Amino acid sequence: MIPGSVAAIVVAALILGPLAAVLFRAGGAGWPSPADWAAVRFTLLQAALSALLSALFALPVARALARRRFPGRSAMILLMGAPFILPVIVAIAGLLTIFGRNGLVNTALGWWGLPPIDVFGLHGVLLAHVFFNLPLAVRLLLEGWRAIPAERFRTAAQLDMPPGAVFRLVEGPMLRERLPGILTVIFAICLSSFAVVLILGGGPAATTIELAIYQAFNFDFDLGKAAVLSALQIAIVTVAAILALRLAGTGMAAAGLDRPVQRWDGGAGLRLWDAAVMAVAALFVATPILLVALTGADSLRDLPSTVWSAAGVSVLVALASAALSVGLGLLLALPRRALFETIGLMTLAASPLVLGTGLFLLIRPFAFPGDHVLAMTAVVNAVMALPFVLRSLSPDIRGAEAAHGRLADSLSMAGWSRFRWLVLPRLRRPLGFAAGLAAALSMGDLGVIALFPSPDTATLPLEIYRLLGAYRMEAAAGASLLLTGLSFGIFALFDRVGRHADA
Amino acid sequence: MLTLDALTLRQGEFTLRADWTLERGRRLAIVGPSGAGKSTLLNAIAGFLEPERGRILWQERDLGDQPPGRRPVAMLFQDGNLFPHLSVAQNVGLGLHPNLRLTRADRETVDRALERVGLAGLAKRRPAALSGGQQSRAALARVLVLRRPLLLLDEPFSALGPALRREMLALVREVTGETGATLLMVTHDPVDAERIADRISVVAGGRADTPAPVAELFENPTPDLRRYLGL
Amino acid sequence: MKHLIYATGLLFATQAVAQAPDLTVYTYDSFATEWGPGPAIEEGFEAQCGCDLEFVAAGDGAALLSRLRLEGDATRADVVLGLDTNLMAAARDTGLFAAHGVEADFALPVAWEDPDFLPFDWGYFAFIGNRGEPMPTDFRDLAESDRRILIQDPRSSTPGLGLLLWVKDAYGDEAAAIWEGLADNIVTVTPGWSEAYGMFLEGEGDLVLSYTTSPAYHVIAEDDTSRVALPFDEGHYMQIEVAAAVGGSDRQQLARDFLAYLVSDEAQSIIPTTNWMYPAVEPSGGLPEGFGDLVEPSQPRLIAPGDVPETRDVALEEWRAALSQ
Repeated sequence: MIPGSVAAIVVAALILGPLAAVLFRAGGAGWPSPADWAAVRFTLLQAALSALLSALFALPVARALARRRFPGRSAMILLMGAPFILPVIVAIAGLLTIFGRNGLVNTALGWWGLPPIDVFGLHGVLLAHVFFNLPLAVRLLLEGWRAIPAERFRTAAQLDMPPGAVFRLVEGPMLRERLPGILTVIFAICLSSFAVVLILGGGPAATTIELAIYQAFNFDFDLGKAAVLSALQIAIVTVAAILALRLAGTGMAAAGLDRPVQRWDGGAGLRLWDAAVMAVAALFVATPILLVALTGADSLRDLPSTVWSAAGVSVLVALASAALSVGLGLLLALPRRALFETIGLMTLAASPLVLGTGLFLLIRPFAFPGDHVLAMTAVVNAVMALPFVLRSLSPDIRGAEAAHGRLADSLSMAGWSRFRWLVLPRLRRPLGFAAGLAAALSMGDLGVIALFPSPDTATLPLEIYRLLGAYRMEAAAGASLLLTGLSFGIFALFDRVGRHADA
Repeated sequence: MLTLDALTLRQGEFTLRADWTLERGRRLAIVGPSGAGKSTLLNAIAGFLEPERGRILWQERDLGDQPPGRRPVAMLFQDGNLFPHLSVAQNVGLGLHPNLRLTRADRETVDRALERVGLAGLAKRRPAALSGGQQSRAALARVLVLRRPLLLLDEPFSALGPALRREMLALVREVTGETGATLLMVTHDPVDAERIADRISVVAGGRADTPAPVAELFENPTPDLRRYLGL
Repeated sequence: MKHLIYATGLLFATQAVAQAPDLTVYTYDSFATEWGPGPAIEEGFEAQCGCDLEFVAAGDGAALLSRLRLEGDATRADVVLGLDTNLMAAARDTGLFAAHGVEADFALPVAWEDPDFLPFDWGYFAFIGNRGEPMPTDFRDLAESDRRILIQDPRSSTPGLGLLLWVKDAYGDEAAAIWEGLADNIVTVTPGWSEAYGMFLEGEGDLVLSYTTSPAYHVIAEDDTSRVALPFDEGHYMQIEVAAAVGGSDRQQLARDFLAYLVSDEAQSIIPTTNWMYPAVEPSGGLPEGFGDLVEPSQPRLIAPGDVPETRDVALEEWRAALSQ
């Protein structure tokens, strides 16, 4: 409990400290303008819709993946990790090659003599957010399915339950427990989404809180307003997180004997449906990535040397950040306290700009931020990945405790022993997933380094932006492919280690 | 000596009272209808349920402020007695050191215990690779190495066949005989009770009766016991 | 794993122990990177002064100014390089800057007399399109055409703000009507220049807001003459980038030497093909080939730096109202 409290205080201080520093420097709060309130409304709308749609479409996909065994299944699960860790600018480029003016869809429509579709607007924002978050929802739901004891499915098969009943009686309780958390995470991600909304939103009607914060900083230099808007964003996510934790029950976990889940449900019709669902999802997720790869492949061979050194820096920052994030995540999740987990989730809503500026103000009296930008990037990336780490660890910790806690209590297993011999072995899979996710997110995130770029050092995303800013779009495409490959590789590696440890 | 001093347990609407003592080294069978509170009583002694009123004492010492792992109690549950992710030897070893830092001597102790319950050679297996009877034996091996003076059995063998169950009970009887442990076991079967126990307590109507000698009670059953036995 | 931790530690540590430089120049990121003028200018000046120059970067010009405002008198900067005419009023308000005293024969389309801010390059904003496609000749013409345009958000991007002021300066009270007319031409409004320009190259729009100098990049670096800037009859809004010396610095003389170097023939001839802007002083060797055939606007437009803050806020409100419908 004590290390957990310390971790919670550290994380809260990392989020609220910079905010307070900005507010203090401003000398007081600034009140948002009507235009800012419009941005708040639009932000809430798009984030809520994005979360609902992502979860809605993820359900059939996760369910199909959970009850079917087929060759390529693990490749498909791996693929589901991909979009979420794609750098935003790469993913948007990929989506535009499908849904853009000269994209595949419009080309096909043209052949049929149909009018083209326009991807820009709220629907474009939602499309991109579903692309990013549907696979994440699938993965998180799949973890939920995996946590249902095999015995329950056997009972269901024994009773010859129709799929509807299995859904209601066996899978329903798991969904009731997990969906609120998943919805909150996606809601929070989309809440602070910046580039996606601006690029695909089509105009100033699609203005988010994050842009309003940016404007307050660099356009109006109204630090007080920036701090207030940032606090508002954190407050919204905190409320959402508390609601989610309220809605999520905890009584679902039960002891199972770790037998491999074998499923008996479903006839040919259902199998066909599952196959179709998975095919559509795989196509939706894989096509943009493939197209990005095709675009970048040409220029991959003669990439500037700075790209390679940036890649090395990014990998090191990602590993440091993953270690830190998983460590903090464990400390926060182990005490199983809702407060700690809420604090962990709060970081999703922290504006990178406010965080970076606040850190700058806090560090500046003691050191020059530009000299420590990599360490700052690693720390901030770790904190930003914390919600995902928590989402994936926390249910399994609760599950392990619910199933085996009493036995551990009776054996006096506490502290390190309990962690080492009860929690850790039950946690290998989510730990691998979490570490991979944290590392990949760190790889792909532009992060605070964009605020304090050092001319001699760059992470790969920053290098890509630099290439783009210098007209070198082709080199940028090659570097994007490299970034995608590295992010995906690092994620796959951790994820694989986690999954194999469990077998 | 185990003392339940004016004990009242509450779980929601349900309450259970008990006020009696049990001498050290006794083997007590706890019988009674389903839902009467037999498991509740054991959970309270093991420390998983806080009494609403009254005290639980062992050898005149109040157990109230001791967490489950510190109590002089080993308990076997209906299921989930083994960690599925640990080997049989590790599951047993936890009884010696919860951190599993085992010395060579500790490992020998584990091996002896496994041998004692007839699981020699299966030390490396995971629980899922054992039969039901073997899983029960593994759990008993841990009870052996735990060396706690109170053994609580919450029907851990109910899933086994009659022959296997009796074999286990015989093993329990031998083990408690060797360690001098005091046994409290929940059972549904009067034959089991007669076979292994020397005292019996009927739990019914919100009350756990004072333990009485088995033979005496079966010869002259209380109304509650009559009802339970269908006499 | 241990090696990895060691390598990581080394990476973070070596960054921290770099020696303090003799002259610190704050600039925006793209100026200081390998692709920008930074490395060549650093090398040139260091050879001249025998000192150590360090660039410290912020995201863009606006972020650079915010950074200075955050640091105030405690700033480490001796020179700030990369503010522009639109940021000058706010920059002057910080009271951080001192007169530079550098004389130069500026080749700017407008007269320049400012004691504190020294221009080092400049350009015109323009829409870039593909050769052979319809070319609207002013904003009204553009609004009536079916050309699809990619523009940047004035709140987060320098060209975006340039366009906003361009329309406001050319049309005054009618600016709102112009924006309403343009609304159906706008594909989307991106946060920065790179996103819009990248999408234009992918064919997502017919025209993109950039600089008249953009086609020069394609000609010089890619031998591609298909991208052209559209001359507009209203004239084109200008961006003049400036540098200034920080008054509180104890390296005043070195800072002034650097500013003098910045407008020297050597530095000015580096600018065009690295920053892709016009040099503030015409180099003795003339402009590089590819800069010669660029659009020459009939009328340069520039709102006086002192008037920018007020004009900007009014224009932004009009822009937002017109495009939010």
